[in-house]
Amino acid sequence: MNISGAPILSVVTFLPIAGAIFIAFLSREAVQNIRYTALWTTIITFLISLLIWINFDPTTAGFQFVEERSWLGPIKYKMGVDGISMLFVILTAFLMPLCILASWEAIEDRVKEYMIAFLVLEALMIGVFCALDLVLFYLFFEGGLIPMFLIIGVWGGPRRVYASFKFFLYTFLGSVLMLLAMMAMYWHAGTTDIPTLLQTKFPPDMQFWLWLAFFASFAVKMPMWPVHTWLPDAHVEAPTAGSVILAGILLKMGGYGFLRFSLPMFPDASAELAPLVFGLSLVAIVATSLIALVQEDMKKLIAYSSVAHMGFVTMGIFTFTQQGIDGAIFQMLSHGLISSALFLCVGVVYDRLHTREISAYGGLVERMPIYAVVFMVFTMGNVGLPGTSGFVGEFLTLLSAFKANTYVAFIATSGVILSAAYALYLYRRVIFGVLDKPSLKAMADMTPREIAIMTPLVVLTILFGFYPAPILDVTAVSVKALVTSLEAAGQAAAVTPVP
Amino acid sequence: MTDLVSLSYSAALPEIVLAVGAMGLLMIEAFGGGSANGRSGNSDSNRGERAGWLAIFILVGTGALLLAQTGTERAFNDAFISDPFARFVKLLVLAGSAFAILLSFDDLRRAKVDRYEVPVLILLATVGMMMMISAGDLLALYLGLELQSLALYVLAAVRRDDVRSSEAGMKYFVLGALSSGMLLYGASLLYGFAGTTSFAGLEAAASAPGAATNLGLIAGLVFLLVGLAFKISAVPFHMWTPDVYEGAPTPITAFFAAAPKLAALALLARVLFDGFGGLFIQWQKIVIFLSIASMLLGAFAAIGQTNIKRLMAYSSIGHVGFALVGLAAGSEAGIEGLLIYLAIYLVTTLGSFACILAMRRDEGPVEDIYELAGLAENNLPMAFILAMLFFSLAGVPPLAGFFAKFYVFAAAVKSELYGLAIIGVLSSVVGAFYYLRIVKVMFFDEPKPRFSATAPYVKFVMITAGLFVVLYAVYPSPLIDAAAAAAKSLQL
Repeated sequence: MNISGAPILSVVTFLPIAGAIFIAFLSREAVQNIRYTALWTTIITFLISLLIWINFDPTTAGFQFVEERSWLGPIKYKMGVDGISMLFVILTAFLMPLCILASWEAIEDRVKEYMIAFLVLEALMIGVFCALDLVLFYLFFEGGLIPMFLIIGVWGGPRRVYASFKFFLYTFLGSVLMLLAMMAMYWHAGTTDIPTLLQTKFPPDMQFWLWLAFFASFAVKMPMWPVHTWLPDAHVEAPTAGSVILAGILLKMGGYGFLRFSLPMFPDASAELAPLVFGLSLVAIVATSLIALVQEDMKKLIAYSSVAHMGFVTMGIFTFTQQGIDGAIFQMLSHGLISSALFLCVGVVYDRLHTREISAYGGLVERMPIYAVVFMVFTMGNVGLPGTSGFVGEFLTLLSAFKANTYVAFIATSGVILSAAYALYLYRRVIFGVLDKPSLKAMADMTPREIAIMTPLVVLTILFGFYPAPILDVTAVSVKALVTSLEAAGQAAAVTPVP
Repeated sequence: MTDLVSLSYSAALPEIVLAVGAMGLLMIEAFGGGSANGRSGNSDSNRGERAGWLAIFILVGTGALLLAQTGTERAFNDAFISDPFARFVKLLVLAGSAFAILLSFDDLRRAKVDRYEVPVLILLATVGMMMMISAGDLLALYLGLELQSLALYVLAAVRRDDVRSSEAGMKYFVLGALSSGMLLYGASLLYGFAGTTSFAGLEAAASAPGAATNLGLIAGLVFLLVGLAFKISAVPFHMWTPDVYEGAPTPITAFFAAAPKLAALALLARVLFDGFGGLFIQWQKIVIFLSIASMLLGAFAAIGQTNIKRLMAYSSIGHVGFALVGLAAGSEAGIEGLLIYLAIYLVTTLGSFACILAMRRDEGPVEDIYELAGLAENNLPMAFILAMLFFSLAGVPPLAGFFAKFYVFAAAVKSELYGLAIIGVLSSVVGAFYYLRIVKVMFFDEPKPRFSATAPYVKFVMITAGLFVVLYAVYPSPLIDAAAAAAKSLQL
């Protein structure tokens, strides 16, 4: 199907808002109507987003489906995707219907507001990956805070107020510094147009500060050690679907930001500060894996494991190699599937028993065999077992890290072992053992709705594990262009005499 | 004497119409039947409200006259300047006054102070503000300022049976008189050393060689700044603000928060740019200090407040700090940012105060923020609007408040005031905390009893402001373009 000329990115971005407005006019009592409206909105958004993939030309590194309208004088409303951002749009649109389904029965209170918040959040998240203007990007990037703040705070667990404030203020703090950097870029380059800025050379001194300011924002969002502490709180307190969105998409914005801004726009500063990122990544991989090992709360354990996995992503990105960056993008997408699925798995048992304490479970395999299988697949994915999508990303990033620095790769590899330890330990304590707790006797296996949520995730996790080509093909050319420009900048810096 | 003949009144026509209108309104209401007391025998035919509608009509007419003006006109020996900058701020002030009157109807009637004097005083204060905005001479500046201030002192104390209101009026008067004294002292020093009261003459003196070491000129400038800093309630001259905000009747507080600040900031911008451009290095330091102090105090002091009007007072102190960032930049971009900031701040403030006015139960108005608990369950539209207004005040995109902050900080970055910009954005994060706290109370806490029904005009203001902040991002350019055109009038 040919979609040339149609503003497809704007449609995908703002269709959820249209759904939200429609829901706003529905009666509060029409809960079922509200749920179906939200579900169909997200499904249609997903189907339209697939059109982007079908029509995407993977042989060019430039931006595609570009739309441009005047908006704010020199600041334009400009949208477009390339090989780096396109798959994140698809991932967002793909996870949303699953989130709505996961909230089907779990959310009974204020369903209308919940669905509106989710749809608005979807629009803002898709916008982040499509925006080709700094200010527009910032608008979407920060705008997502409002619905997420409300989702955690209204529908969250007992410590939701603390968690939601922490989430909001941490992210806000990082982002305002990025905003100042954006202004400095605007006055220096005279434009906020991202494709133009990608060609702009900033003086090395300026790059350094700009890089740090962007880093402040992306490191919090990623999250990197030591500014990750909002994540376990936010994850634990958020409702299941909120955790899925946090782990699946919001965390990817940091990595996307590094790839879109930090690396190509500030190549000298990136090269200079890469050791810092490696160091923080290693601490994240090792330390948070150890922390995950001793968690008593299932969601908290998965949250810490997310921080560790994001460590692989930052490590891969800052190797500045094709493999490393391909691997980092793959790892982000795969983590988007696997960690989302793990949170959904926690949600399945939480809906039945209303506790996330690991010690409250044990021997579930006797009552919930299907659940045990599904949980197994994602546990293995989390560990990075060959044959799951988790393996490909970790392998590529480690491979490139090995070329860049053997010690870094060595320490990071120990993180893989630790991830096996905490993931399998969790699995053993929840699924195996003796089913002796009376509260567990009546546990029913997964409902058809829950199986419907899990099936696509299981299929994709295994499919991309065996056949990662669909993803790597899309990213290859754009990443190659990025790496080439980085190498060119590196050579230019090498020949420039020091003043 | 020939000057009198050649005087061009057309530049000041809107002010003349407004002043005559205000006095005419006073006459109509004073002699127009009924007892001298606003609560006359036929209390149902509400005279306060009738006077209010007439006042709004006069304000709208004045606005139409302003829109008809073009270019730059001067009158009264250059003591009065009507340029795009002045017209931009004047239109905002007129809108602020009109909406404040609209907000006042219901609340003042319930408090039994719906006197016709209230709209008349608001009109007179508005005349004063327009004079301030157009001032091109220290005398015009002072006349405008005093006309405005005297009307505001009375308005603060309009609920004269209420201790808090009387106290607010008294406090405002005493401290206001002190600041006027300082300002006047500064003006006389300036006259003594520069030999003129016109801004153009002052500019010549300030640009002359050796002006920077002329102590008389510098001292005069400092006194002038102190007096004006009091009027815009910049730290450390802010002490009156929380008490006056809390004590004055809420619609009057809304008026205080909206219009006079705008006028005083515009006056400050004009006198500093047109009168003291040569001493930019000197006054920039003072403005940066005022700005940083206001932003920080506004952010930190508001955290402990539980009375929503006091909270809004500290919030307004913080916002003055943000607006001053634009002024400190000392560039056209800075003035543009300042104007955008003022416009968006005006709408957001009026909307917030409309929500505060809607906080009323059958036994009377409530002001504690915890009375908002669970508003999202009782009255979702109002909770949504108030949340959006507060997110906007916190500067979270994509709401209007983000664009306001964006332009002032962009100007600061352009002028390489990085320290100021960083402190500014960090204090906006601290400020976000107390706005979030109110959102938290509304959305996360267990509901309190419902508020009683909201008066239609209050609802109208609330919804208008809410739509503005949410939808502003869709079509932001008209305001930005108008501000950019207006900013060209002021040159360093």
